[in-house]
Amino acid sequence: MPLNLDAYLGVHQDALKLYAQRTSVLANNIANADTPNYKAQDIDFRAVLAGTAGAGTNALPLATTNGAHVAGAGAATAAAGGGLKYRVPLAPSLDGNTVDPQLEQAAFADNTVRYQAALSFLSGKFRDLMTAITGQS
Amino acid sequence: MPSFKVFEIAGSGLSAQSVRLNTVASNLANADSVSGDPATVYKARHPVFQAVHAAVGAAAAQSQQGGAAVRVSGIVESNAAPTVRNDPGNPLADAEGNVYAPNVNVIEEMTDMISASRAYQNDVEVMSTAKDLMLATLKLGS
Repeated sequence: MPLNLDAYLGVHQDALKLYAQRTSVLANNIANADTPNYKAQDIDFRAVLAGTAGAGTNALPLATTNGAHVAGAGAATAAAGGGLKYRVPLAPSLDGNTVDPQLEQAAFADNTVRYQAALSFLSGKFRDLMTAITGQS
Repeated sequence: MPSFKVFEIAGSGLSAQSVRLNTVASNLANADSVSGDPATVYKARHPVFQAVHAAVGAAAAQSQQGGAAVRVSGIVESNAAPTVRNDPGNPLADAEGNVYAPNVNVIEEMTDMISASRAYQNDVEVMSTAKDLMLATLKLGS
């Protein structure tokens, strides 16, 4: 029976993609820390990952750049599950900006560590595979 | 590829903050440029930041990207009244012996400078972290 690489790598590859997306979202919040009326956003990680896990194997939505594209299996759940959401501000500033730089920095650091964790899980999986392929030498 | 967006976003932040630093420098440099005419005196300049949205509506929901980057949509001049100073000895003074000093508030400019500098550092930090993560990703499995 051939090895299903998707199943072997498990949730980590989806998680890695999501962490990469979250990096962009948080970077965007930090870049817009002084933009009037900008509302801080974040990815509802649990909901999106649960959506991808529920739909089966590899279910991050396919990018549909053209109206004629067919939506992938996971597209509906991830879009409905809410992907991007606005943060509830603790103390919004007078200019309508809801970015809390400290909070964003903390979230960014947290996201970085999680990304590295997912990377090392994946790395371990690949090392195991290499061990199985080459034998103990 | 979404990961490269981080560099674009942080880079736009860097350029926006440096425009802000430039206006602060301009305001501080001209804080004492008096003029004999209230219409021609230097006025404090401030950049207006605006969030750039890569895609809006359904496309944004699908791409899961939302907003992307920040840009300077314009630079506005403060319309506060210039400071009038009576200085008949100044060669620029008008008929009543008044000169007009710019409406630059030095304290405001200094705090603005610190804020811009911190925001710039934040963006640099984001960029350098993203770079480390991407390098680590390239080495995946080795």
